[in-house]
Amino acid sequence: MCGATEGGLSLNGINTDIEAIVQGQVTKGGEPVSTGYVRLLDRTGEFTAEVPVSATGHFRFFAGDGEWTLRTLVPGAEPVDRKVQAAVGSIAEVEIAV
Amino acid sequence: MSRENSLVSAQWVEENLDNPKVVLIEVDEDTTAYDKGHIKGAIKLDWTTDLQDQVRRDFVNKEQFEALLSERGVANDDTVVLYGGNNNWFAAYAYWYFKLYGHEDVKLLDGGRKKWELDSRELVGELPDRPATTYTAQEQDLSIRAFRDEVVAAIGTQNLVDVRSPDEFAGRLLAPAHLPQEQAQRAGHIPTAANVPWSKAANDDGTFRSDEELKEIYTEAGVDWSKDTIAYCRIGERSSHTWFVLKEILGEENVKNYDGSWTEYGSLVGVPIALGDEPGEA
Repeated sequence: MCGATEGGLSLNGINTDIEAIVQGQVTKGGEPVSTGYVRLLDRTGEFTAEVPVSATGHFRFFAGDGEWTLRTLVPGAEPVDRKVQAAVGSIAEVEIAV
Repeated sequence: MSRENSLVSAQWVEENLDNPKVVLIEVDEDTTAYDKGHIKGAIKLDWTTDLQDQVRRDFVNKEQFEALLSERGVANDDTVVLYGGNNNWFAAYAYWYFKLYGHEDVKLLDGGRKKWELDSRELVGELPDRPATTYTAQEQDLSIRAFRDEVVAAIGTQNLVDVRSPDEFAGRLLAPAHLPQEQAQRAGHIPTAANVPWSKAANDDGTFRSDEELKEIYTEAGVDWSKDTIAYCRIGERSSHTWFVLKEILGEENVKNYDGSWTEYGSLVGVPIALGDEPGEA
Protein backbone atom coordinates (compact mmCIF):
# COMPACT_ATOMS: atom_id res chain seq x y z
CA MET A 1 0.00 0.00 0.00
CA CYS A 2 2.41 2.67 1.15
CA GLY A 3 6.07 2.04 0.39
CA ALA A 4 7.25 4.90 2.60
CA THR A 5 6.35 3.07 5.78
CA GLU A 6 7.77 -0.34 4.95
CA GLY A 7 9.24 -1.63 8.18
CA GLY A 8 8.90 1.82 9.73
CA LEU A 9 6.35 3.73 11.75
CA SER A 10 2.72 3.46 10.72
CA LEU A 11 1.12 6.40 8.94
CA ASN A 12 -2.37 5.28 9.90
CA GLY A 13 -4.54 8.21 10.88
CA ILE A 14 -2.07 10.80 9.62
CA ASN A 15 -3.17 13.18 6.89
CA THR A 16 0.05 13.27 4.87
CA ASP A 17 -1.38 15.93 2.53
CA ILE A 18 -1.10 18.62 5.23
CA GLU A 19 2.08 17.52 6.99
CA ALA A 20 5.76 18.05 6.18
CA ILE A 21 7.02 14.72 7.44
CA VAL A 22 10.66 13.96 8.15
CA GLN A 23 11.28 10.38 9.16
CA GLY A 24 13.82 7.61 8.95
CA GLN A 25 15.97 5.13 10.81
CA VAL A 26 19.15 5.31 12.84
CA THR A 27 21.63 2.45 12.51
CA LYS A 28 24.97 1.60 14.07
CA GLY A 29 27.22 -0.97 12.45
CA GLY A 30 24.38 -1.86 10.06
CA GLU A 31 21.99 -2.69 12.92
CA PRO A 32 19.04 -0.53 14.02
CA VAL A 33 19.69 1.49 17.16
CA SER A 34 17.07 0.74 19.83
CA THR A 35 18.11 3.39 22.37
CA GLY A 36 18.79 6.94 21.32
CA TYR A 37 17.33 10.27 20.39
CA VAL A 38 16.97 12.40 17.29
CA ARG A 39 16.78 16.20 17.52
CA LEU A 40 15.19 18.48 14.96
CA LEU A 41 16.95 21.85 14.63
CA ASP A 42 15.57 24.72 12.58
CA ARG A 43 17.38 26.67 9.86
CA THR A 44 19.18 28.76 12.50
CA GLY A 45 20.27 25.72 14.50
CA GLU A 46 17.64 26.35 17.18
CA PHE A 47 16.17 23.31 18.95
CA THR A 48 12.70 22.50 17.66
CA ALA A 49 11.91 18.99 18.83
CA GLU A 50 13.44 15.76 20.01
CA VAL A 51 12.10 12.21 19.94
CA PRO A 52 13.39 8.88 21.25
CA VAL A 53 13.89 6.31 18.48
CA SER A 54 11.56 3.32 18.38
CA ALA A 55 12.74 -0.21 19.19
CA THR A 56 13.63 -0.52 15.50
CA GLY A 57 15.55 2.77 15.35
CA HIS A 58 12.79 4.70 13.60
CA PHE A 59 11.82 8.31 14.19
CA ARG A 60 9.37 10.83 12.74
CA PHE A 61 8.87 14.58 12.93
CA PHE A 62 6.09 16.80 11.69
CA ALA A 63 8.13 19.77 10.50
CA GLY A 64 7.33 22.61 8.15
CA ASP A 65 8.47 23.74 4.71
CA GLY A 66 12.20 24.41 4.56
CA GLU A 67 15.59 23.18 5.58
CA TRP A 68 16.09 21.36 8.87
CA THR A 69 18.95 19.57 10.58
CA LEU A 70 18.61 16.19 12.25
CA ARG A 71 21.06 15.39 15.05
CA THR A 72 21.44 11.94 16.57
CA LEU A 73 22.23 11.22 20.21
CA VAL A 74 23.10 7.56 20.62
CA PRO A 75 24.93 5.87 23.54
CA GLY A 76 28.55 5.20 22.64
CA ALA A 77 28.48 7.16 19.36
CA GLU A 78 29.37 10.71 18.38
CA PRO A 79 26.40 12.89 17.37
CA VAL A 80 25.74 12.93 13.61
CA ASP A 81 24.13 15.94 11.88
CA ARG A 82 22.16 15.49 8.67
CA LYS A 83 20.48 18.28 6.70
CA VAL A 84 17.05 17.59 5.25
CA GLN A 85 14.57 19.49 3.12
CA ALA A 86 10.93 19.18 4.18
CA ALA A 87 7.79 20.19 2.31
CA VAL A 88 4.12 20.00 3.17
CA GLY A 89 2.49 17.04 1.44
CA SER A 90 5.68 15.01 1.19
CA ILE A 91 7.72 12.58 3.28
CA ALA A 92 11.48 13.10 3.54
CA GLU A 93 13.15 9.77 4.35
CA VAL A 94 16.53 9.95 6.06
CA GLU A 95 18.70 6.98 6.96
CA ILE A 96 21.42 7.88 9.46
CA ALA A 97 24.38 5.64 10.28
CA VAL A 98 26.22 6.63 13.47
CA MET B 1 18.93 27.64 46.33
CA SER B 2 21.93 26.54 44.34
CA ARG B 3 22.98 23.88 41.89
CA GLU B 4 24.36 21.75 44.74
CA ASN B 5 21.07 21.42 46.61
CA SER B 6 18.64 21.32 43.70
CA LEU B 7 20.35 18.98 41.22
CA VAL B 8 21.72 15.46 41.55
CA SER B 9 23.84 13.55 39.06
CA ALA B 10 23.07 10.17 37.53
CA GLN B 11 25.95 8.81 39.58
CA TRP B 12 24.37 10.07 42.81
CA VAL B 13 21.08 8.42 41.86
CA GLU B 14 22.88 5.16 41.06
CA GLU B 15 24.47 5.23 44.53
CA ASN B 16 21.11 5.89 46.21
CA LEU B 17 18.95 3.35 44.37
CA ASP B 18 18.44 1.34 47.55
CA ASN B 19 18.11 4.29 49.91
CA PRO B 20 14.56 3.99 51.31
CA LYS B 21 14.33 7.74 52.01
CA VAL B 22 15.02 8.65 48.41
CA VAL B 23 11.96 8.46 46.16
CA LEU B 24 12.58 8.57 42.43
CA ILE B 25 9.64 9.89 40.41
CA GLU B 26 9.42 9.81 36.62
CA VAL B 27 7.26 12.48 34.94
CA ASP B 28 7.10 12.47 31.16
CA GLU B 29 5.27 14.23 28.41
CA ASP B 30 4.93 10.79 26.85
CA THR B 31 3.16 9.18 29.79
CA THR B 32 3.83 5.68 28.43
CA ALA B 33 7.63 6.05 28.61
CA TYR B 34 7.70 4.83 32.22
CA ASP B 35 5.84 1.66 31.27
CA LYS B 36 8.53 0.76 28.72
CA GLY B 37 11.25 0.96 31.38
CA HIS B 38 12.24 3.22 34.26
CA ILE B 39 14.98 3.68 36.84
CA LYS B 40 14.81 0.92 39.44
CA GLY B 41 12.41 1.81 42.26
CA ALA B 42 10.96 4.86 40.49
CA ILE B 43 7.26 5.61 40.70
CA LYS B 44 5.35 7.48 38.00
CA LEU B 45 3.31 10.66 38.06
CA ASP B 46 1.12 11.43 35.08
CA TRP B 47 1.12 15.20 34.62
CA THR B 48 -2.20 15.19 32.78
CA THR B 49 -4.23 13.04 35.16
CA ASP B 50 -2.37 13.16 38.50
CA LEU B 51 -1.32 16.80 38.63
CA GLN B 52 -4.15 18.63 36.86
CA ASP B 53 -7.73 19.13 37.89
CA GLN B 54 -9.86 17.15 35.45
CA VAL B 55 -12.61 19.78 35.17
CA ARG B 56 -11.22 23.30 35.69
CA ARG B 57 -7.94 24.54 34.16
CA ASP B 58 -5.92 24.41 37.35
CA PHE B 59 -3.75 22.19 39.47
CA VAL B 60 -5.06 19.56 41.83
CA ASN B 61 -5.80 21.23 45.14
CA LYS B 62 -3.93 20.69 48.42
CA GLU B 63 -6.18 17.83 49.54
CA GLN B 64 -5.91 16.07 46.17
CA PHE B 65 -2.13 16.46 46.21
CA GLU B 66 -1.98 15.02 49.73
CA ALA B 67 -4.13 12.07 48.70
CA LEU B 68 -2.00 11.46 45.61
CA LEU B 69 1.35 11.41 47.43
CA SER B 70 -0.06 9.39 50.34
CA GLU B 71 -1.36 6.75 47.95
CA ARG B 72 1.94 6.62 46.02
CA GLY B 73 3.92 6.19 49.24
CA VAL B 74 5.76 9.52 49.40
CA ALA B 75 6.46 10.83 52.92
CA ASN B 76 7.05 14.43 53.95
CA ASP B 77 10.62 13.70 55.01
CA ASP B 78 11.55 11.79 51.84
CA THR B 79 14.08 13.18 49.38
CA VAL B 80 12.13 13.37 46.12
CA VAL B 81 14.22 13.09 42.95
CA LEU B 82 12.35 13.92 39.75
CA TYR B 83 13.39 12.95 36.26
CA GLY B 84 11.77 12.60 32.86
CA GLY B 85 12.10 12.73 29.12
CA ASN B 86 12.09 15.78 26.85
CA ASN B 87 15.07 17.28 28.69
CA ASN B 88 13.23 17.20 32.02
CA TRP B 89 10.48 19.64 30.93
CA PHE B 90 7.74 17.88 32.81
CA ALA B 91 10.04 16.80 35.64
CA ALA B 92 10.91 20.49 36.13
CA TYR B 93 7.20 21.27 36.04
CA ALA B 94 6.63 18.64 38.76
CA TYR B 95 9.61 20.01 40.72
CA TRP B 96 8.01 23.47 40.71
CA TYR B 97 4.74 21.84 41.74
CA PHE B 98 6.35 20.05 44.72
CA LYS B 99 7.87 23.40 45.75
CA LEU B 100 4.50 25.08 45.33
CA TYR B 101 3.02 22.66 47.87
CA GLY B 102 6.01 23.04 50.17
CA HIS B 103 7.85 19.72 49.89
CA GLU B 104 11.06 20.16 51.88
CA ASP B 105 13.64 18.16 49.96
CA VAL B 106 13.15 17.87 46.21
CA LYS B 107 15.77 17.56 43.50
CA LEU B 108 16.04 17.14 39.76
CA LEU B 109 18.20 14.47 38.10
CA ASP B 110 20.53 16.48 35.84
CA GLY B 111 19.93 15.38 32.25
CA GLY B 112 16.85 13.35 33.16
CA ARG B 113 15.94 10.15 31.45
CA LYS B 114 17.92 10.97 28.31
CA LYS B 115 21.26 11.34 30.08
CA TRP B 116 20.54 8.13 31.99
CA GLU B 117 19.92 6.31 28.70
CA LEU B 118 22.88 7.88 26.91
CA ASP B 119 25.06 6.66 29.79
CA SER B 120 23.65 3.14 29.12
CA ARG B 121 22.44 2.91 32.72
CA GLU B 122 19.85 0.29 33.64
CA LEU B 123 16.08 0.70 33.17
CA VAL B 124 13.72 -1.90 34.57
CA GLY B 125 10.10 -2.92 34.04
CA GLU B 126 9.42 -4.06 37.58
CA LEU B 127 7.04 -1.83 39.56
CA PRO B 128 8.03 -0.71 43.05
CA ASP B 129 5.84 -1.42 46.03
CA ARG B 130 5.75 1.56 48.38
CA PRO B 131 3.50 1.39 51.42
CA ALA B 132 0.97 4.25 51.70
CA THR B 133 1.84 7.27 53.83
CA THR B 134 -0.02 10.18 55.36
CA TYR B 135 1.31 13.14 53.41
CA THR B 136 0.62 16.70 54.49
CA ALA B 137 1.05 19.50 51.94
CA GLN B 138 1.45 23.21 52.69
CA GLU B 139 -0.75 25.93 51.24
CA GLN B 140 0.44 26.94 47.75
CA ASP B 141 3.54 29.13 47.86
CA LEU B 142 2.32 31.92 45.61
CA SER B 143 5.72 33.61 45.67
CA ILE B 144 6.66 31.25 42.80
CA ARG B 145 3.39 31.28 40.81
CA ALA B 146 2.25 34.20 38.67
CA PHE B 147 -1.32 34.89 37.62
CA ARG B 148 -2.53 36.91 34.64
CA ASP B 149 -3.11 40.24 36.38
CA GLU B 150 0.42 40.39 37.78
CA VAL B 151 1.77 39.45 34.37
CA VAL B 152 -0.04 42.40 32.78
CA ALA B 153 1.26 44.63 35.59
CA ALA B 154 4.80 43.34 34.97
CA ILE B 155 4.92 44.71 31.41
CA GLY B 156 7.73 47.23 31.28
CA THR B 157 8.48 46.92 35.02
CA GLN B 158 9.73 43.36 35.64
CA ASN B 159 11.70 40.87 33.59
CA LEU B 160 9.36 38.82 31.45
CA VAL B 161 11.15 35.84 29.98
CA ASP B 162 9.43 34.12 27.07
CA VAL B 163 11.07 30.71 26.72
CA ARG B 164 9.30 29.59 23.54
CA SER B 165 10.98 29.22 20.17
CA PRO B 166 11.74 32.39 18.17
CA ASP B 167 8.93 31.60 15.71
CA GLU B 168 6.36 31.33 18.49
CA PHE B 169 7.69 34.51 20.14
CA ALA B 170 7.44 36.48 16.91
CA GLY B 171 3.93 35.22 16.21
CA ARG B 172 4.84 33.19 13.13
CA LEU B 173 3.72 29.98 14.90
CA LEU B 174 1.12 29.33 17.61
CA ALA B 175 2.73 26.16 18.93
CA PRO B 176 6.11 24.52 18.46
CA ALA B 177 6.41 22.38 15.37
CA HIS B 178 5.83 18.75 16.26
CA LEU B 179 3.85 19.17 19.48
CA PRO B 180 0.10 18.92 20.05
CA GLN B 181 -1.36 22.22 18.97
CA GLU B 182 -3.07 23.55 22.11
CA GLN B 183 -3.50 27.08 20.95
CA ALA B 184 -4.30 30.60 22.01
CA GLN B 185 -6.64 32.85 20.05
CA ARG B 186 -3.81 35.18 19.06
CA ALA B 187 -0.10 34.74 18.27
CA GLY B 188 2.78 36.90 19.49
CA HIS B 189 4.29 37.68 22.88
CA ILE B 190 3.81 39.82 25.97
CA PRO B 191 5.26 43.29 25.26
CA THR B 192 8.77 43.87 26.69
CA ALA B 193 9.43 40.13 27.13
CA ALA B 194 12.92 38.83 26.35
CA ASN B 195 13.03 35.70 24.21
CA VAL B 196 15.34 33.06 25.66
CA PRO B 197 14.30 29.63 24.36
CA TRP B 198 14.45 27.08 27.20
CA SER B 199 16.91 24.99 25.16
CA LYS B 200 19.63 27.66 25.53
CA ALA B 201 19.96 26.54 29.15
CA ALA B 202 20.64 22.89 28.36
CA ASN B 203 23.41 20.89 26.75
CA ASP B 204 22.49 18.38 24.04
CA ASP B 205 22.48 15.56 26.61
CA GLY B 206 19.87 17.43 28.64
CA THR B 207 22.16 18.50 31.50
CA PHE B 208 22.16 22.16 32.50
CA ARG B 209 24.90 24.50 31.33
CA SER B 210 27.36 25.93 33.85
CA ASP B 211 26.35 28.81 36.13
CA GLU B 212 28.65 31.18 34.21
CA GLU B 213 27.17 30.20 30.83
CA LEU B 214 23.62 30.51 32.16
CA LYS B 215 24.22 33.93 33.66
CA GLU B 216 25.69 35.13 30.38
CA ILE B 217 22.81 33.81 28.27
CA TYR B 218 20.13 35.68 30.26
CA THR B 219 22.23 38.80 30.68
CA GLU B 220 22.79 38.99 26.91
CA ALA B 221 19.06 38.61 26.33
CA GLY B 222 18.42 41.66 28.48
CA VAL B 223 17.45 40.21 31.86
CA ASP B 224 18.00 42.87 34.54
CA TRP B 225 19.18 40.99 37.65
CA SER B 226 17.98 43.78 39.94
CA LYS B 227 14.36 43.15 38.97
CA ASP B 228 11.85 40.40 39.74
CA THR B 229 11.21 37.90 36.96
CA ILE B 230 8.26 36.02 35.47
CA ALA B 231 8.89 33.16 33.04
CA TYR B 232 6.26 31.87 30.63
CA CYS B 233 5.88 29.61 27.61
CA ARG B 234 2.73 28.09 26.12
CA ILE B 235 1.33 25.86 28.88
CA GLY B 236 3.86 26.43 31.68
CA GLU B 237 6.10 23.36 31.40
CA ARG B 238 9.04 24.73 29.38
CA SER B 239 8.96 27.81 31.60
CA SER B 240 9.25 25.57 34.69
CA HIS B 241 12.59 24.50 33.23
CA THR B 242 13.69 28.15 33.00
CA TRP B 243 12.18 28.96 36.41
CA PHE B 244 14.35 26.13 37.77
CA VAL B 245 17.45 27.65 36.16
CA LEU B 246 16.84 31.17 37.46
CA LYS B 247 15.51 30.37 40.92
CA GLU B 248 17.09 27.06 41.88
CA ILE B 249 20.42 26.95 40.01
CA LEU B 250 21.31 30.64 39.89
CA GLY B 251 19.56 31.38 43.20
CA GLU B 252 17.67 34.50 42.08
CA GLU B 253 15.23 35.67 44.76
CA ASN B 254 11.94 36.57 43.13
CA VAL B 255 11.20 34.37 40.14
CA LYS B 256 7.72 33.18 39.25
CA ASN B 257 6.38 30.75 36.70
CA TYR B 258 3.25 31.86 34.84
CA ASP B 259 1.54 28.52 34.25
CA GLY B 260 -1.36 30.12 32.40
CA SER B 261 1.27 31.14 29.85
CA TRP B 262 0.50 31.93 26.24
CA THR B 263 -2.57 29.69 25.99
CA GLU B 264 -4.15 31.98 28.60
CA TYR B 265 -2.55 35.34 27.77
CA GLY B 266 -3.07 34.99 24.01
CA SER B 267 -6.79 34.39 24.63
CA LEU B 268 -7.42 37.31 27.01
CA VAL B 269 -9.60 40.15 25.81
CA GLY B 270 -8.02 43.59 25.79
CA VAL B 271 -4.40 42.86 26.75
CA PRO B 272 -1.48 44.23 24.68
CA ILE B 273 0.41 41.88 22.36
CA ALA B 274 3.70 42.44 20.53
CA LEU B 275 4.54 40.83 17.19
CA GLY B 276 7.94 40.27 15.62
CA ASP B 277 11.38 39.40 16.93
CA GLU B 278 11.81 42.48 19.16
CA PRO B 279 10.47 42.71 22.75
CA GLY B 280 8.27 45.69 21.88
CA GLU B 281 7.19 48.71 23.91
CA ALA B 282 5.28 48.81 27.19
